Amino acid sequence: MTHIDGNAMSGVLSELLTVEPTTARSRCANCGDVAALAMALVYPDAAGWVARCRACHEVLATVVRGDGRTWLSLRGMTAIELER
Amino acid sequence: MLTAGPTPPVQPDEWEFSVETEKGQTSRWSWDEMHALGVDDIEIDIHCVTHWSRLGMNWRGVSLDKIFAQVTTSSDYVMAHSYGGYTTNIPLDELLDGRAWIAFEADGRPLTAEHGGPARLLVPHLYFWKSAKWVRGLRMMEREQPGFWESNGYSIHGDPWKEERYW
Repeated sequence: MTHIDGNAMSGVLSELLTVEPTTARSRCANCGDVAALAMALVYPDAAGWVARCRACHEVLATVVRGDGRTWLSLRGMTAIELER
Repeated sequence: MLTAGPTPPVQPDEWEFSVETEKGQTSRWSWDEMHALGVDDIEIDIHCVTHWSRLGMNWRGVSLDKIFAQVTTSSDYVMAHSYGGYTTNIPLDELLDGRAWIAFEADGRPLTAEHGGPARLLVPHLYFWKSAKWVRGLRMMEREQPGFWESNGYSIHGDPWKEERYW
């Protein structure tokens, strides 16, 4: 199967990212714990926000804001469960 | 104050610093062995990426030149690792020639845990997220790879004079 460019996901991603993220559940990529983001341990570092797993304390997500831009990393989550 | 997670409780008598080369050879220094390399008095300006600087700060620490005098490596890049899991990447040549230290004291006092004690990396010519708190070691890398904040939006290099804050 050939790939297509990332623009093809813009519709589905913009739809997903308008949901309330703190109630969305995710699985920690390190320990497997499943919890809503609201349960995460958040460190509001001066450089950015760091959300850590309530169970194993590994990093779930980061948000960096600056220079008119925002960087979102969800690399510590295997997937996010969203209501449709 | 940059703190991407909980403050790890590390006592000087359990602190250890290591350098691991690309060949898997690891050199280690205890707290006393590190101090025995010779401690410098440093007066330097520091610059945080969040738009503050402190000028003429007094620090004490061991120059990375003295550590790398005991390490054989052909790699050009370094990943600094901290107790607690924080990482940051720095080119090796920016840690040498009297430009970087393992620091134990600031303003005449031992570094508190909140400020990265018992020991933190001090690389004052780069933005301060490169000066890793609670540093525990360096790992040599043959190619440049991003550390924690560099992976998540911040500059791979972080030169304050060029305002290298973000990607």
